[in-house]
Amino acid sequence: MSRKLLLEHAHIDGINGYETYRKHGGYRAVEKALKSMAPADVLEEVKKSGLRGRGGAGFPTGMKWSFLAKPEGVPRYLLCNADESEPGTFKDRYLMEKIPHLLVEGMILSAYALGANTSYIYIRGEYSWIVFILEKAISEAYAKGWLGKNILGSGFDCDLYVNPGAGAYICGEETALIESLEGKRGNPRIKPPFPAVKGLWQCPTVVNNVETLAAVVPIVNEGGEAYARIGVGRSTGTKLISAGGNINKPGVYEVELGLSMEEFIFSDEWCGGIKNGKRLKACVPGGSSVPILPHYLVTKTAAGEDRLLSYESLADGGFESGSMLGSGGFIVYDEDQCVVRNTWNFTRFYHHESCGQCSPCREGTGWMEKVLERLENGKGKLSDMDLLVEVAKKIEGNTICPLGDAAAWPVASAIRHFREEFEWHVREPEACMQRNYGLVKEKAELA
Amino acid sequence: MQVASHNGKPFNFSPEALTEVQGLMVKYPEGRHKSALIRALHIAQEENGGWLSIAALDHVAETLRITPIEVYEVATFYTMFNLEPVGKYVLEFCHTGPCAIEGAERLLDYVRQKLGIETGQTTPDGMFTLKEVECLGACGYAPMMQVGIYYHEHLTEEKIDRFLEDCRAGNIDKGSWKMH
Ligand SMILES: Cc1cc2nc3c(=O)[nH]c(=O)nc-3n(C[C@H](O)[C@H](O)[C@H](O)COP(=O)(O)O)c2cc1C
Ligand code: SF4
Ligand code: FES
Repeated sequence: MSRKLLLEHAHIDGINGYETYRKHGGYRAVEKALKSMAPADVLEEVKKSGLRGRGGAGFPTGMKWSFLAKPEGVPRYLLCNADESEPGTFKDRYLMEKIPHLLVEGMILSAYALGANTSYIYIRGEYSWIVFILEKAISEAYAKGWLGKNILGSGFDCDLYVNPGAGAYICGEETALIESLEGKRGNPRIKPPFPAVKGLWQCPTVVNNVETLAAVVPIVNEGGEAYARIGVGRSTGTKLISAGGNINKPGVYEVELGLSMEEFIFSDEWCGGIKNGKRLKACVPGGSSVPILPHYLVTKTAAGEDRLLSYESLADGGFESGSMLGSGGFIVYDEDQCVVRNTWNFTRFYHHESCGQCSPCREGTGWMEKVLERLENGKGKLSDMDLLVEVAKKIEGNTICPLGDAAAWPVASAIRHFREEFEWHVREPEACMQRNYGLVKEKAELA
Repeated sequence: MQVASHNGKPFNFSPEALTEVQGLMVKYPEGRHKSALIRALHIAQEENGGWLSIAALDHVAETLRITPIEVYEVATFYTMFNLEPVGKYVLEFCHTGPCAIEGAERLLDYVRQKLGIETGQTTPDGMFTLKEVECLGACGYAPMMQVGIYYHEHLTEEKIDRFLEDCRAGNIDKGSWKMH
């Protein structure tokens, strides 16, 4: 049985309310920090824990916090990124719905470490009912004296608010999030300056994912070293994985980093294997932005080692034969799924979500979408695959924010691993359409 | 690119919504109350029958003491804001990858056929508008749609049938953006 640090109590009835949460050890970490630790001590524990950002990039949290500028007389802000819009990802939602006080507690601790007196949770607008769950938890925390002025007589003031978005994937990018929080369009900013120096309202700002901030609670309770003992190598602690696609048991799981992919996908404790007795075809392990892995690279690396759920193992082989842990949006494909159609679908998503500021992203995603659409509809050419790879290369690294890369990687990796399937769409459009969707009515259009 | 439109009707926040919006404005530091804009727009949309007319946008600008253009810029950027009239129930189906491989496309076909409308259209009786949206963070519970503030997950044709009947009978709670 794997250890749970975040979801240990998530199944308990009433844990979304203050009394039950408190009874199960809630706010113990705030008590400990505010009574016996200086802000720098909390930062030190987070550094020792080896915690890495759970929003996608995996950047060490302690290091990020230590970059925060601290000019005299200028307020600092902590922002929680609850925009969660990466296709395949639904773990933050689960955490906030089930155990909202854990996020509130994690934010108080983090704000204390950073010296931020005002914090905001930026949550995607579609999670509207969770806005109210969080606001209820926050008002309970105020009423019990965990938020507000001079908490526990420590002299530390902490205000916390929820701010919803309104449907825009790009607002998960940290500078777009800041723009949106300022009441503007979600256009990412050119960096530098980084948010740590000039963020919200041009003040020093830290942006962290929901899960990252929640993880600070067990780190303070048990100590950074104890946290770092869980996991493997530089992938310390536990990770929430939201598993979906063609598996028997979709849902949100908390795994100790380092669990084998084989066990995660096939054991009954986790995903429970592929649905309907079908075979595994491919897996996108970290949300739609990360490279797709063909079945022979899912449970083993190219070197023949067991593939593990960890930052390093999933990236093993680089873009040639690896992928990324990303946000933990784990999508499993069975043998009936069409990689071309799925790639087209994802590209349409990125084209739709591009904010339009940079031409490589705005035009390139639209171009890729068009080419993939014609391939999927049996009107492609054999040269289209090289064309797609070329467009993807032109986007990659040439944009203001990483959405461009996120759009390019899935296309490049799908063609790298599934070129034959793409070519089959050109050579035998009818057969492949029928196999994929039985779309006989569209046959006439092929002529 | 969305374009805002008029329907000739004036818009004003209800007194309770006005109080709520004014309460939102003070969650931000002095002079930064523009941050309340997105939530104010959600509330205005709800009070204006599910969409934002130019009159509604202008009223939000006035309430927040910002220029109308600042409001138009934002309203046209975010997909949750409807800039044309919509039906009583807006069915927002996720059609992104993970939902698509769990049958979202077939279900969408079914709904289109059943309602006799295409994506983006409203039924002649003004009951339903059909929208296709990108991943809503429910991929493990696919296929799914959002109606009002709530999610409806693990959808099947039977569930859709029952849901539409319940809507017609007035038994579906869309929830509210206003504080409970
Ligand atoms: C297009 C795009 C979308 C993103 N969406 C999210 C998101 O929904 N949630 C999130 O936590 N991080 C998201 N990120 C990453 C954030 O920019 C940022 O790195 C993260 O919030 C940092 O938190 P962490 O260090 O705790 O992971 C996104 C990045 C990009 C480029
Ligand atoms: S890469 Fe795309 S989403 Fe990011 S700033 Fe440029 S156009 Fe906008
Ligand atoms: S893909 Fe439909 S909810 Fe994520």
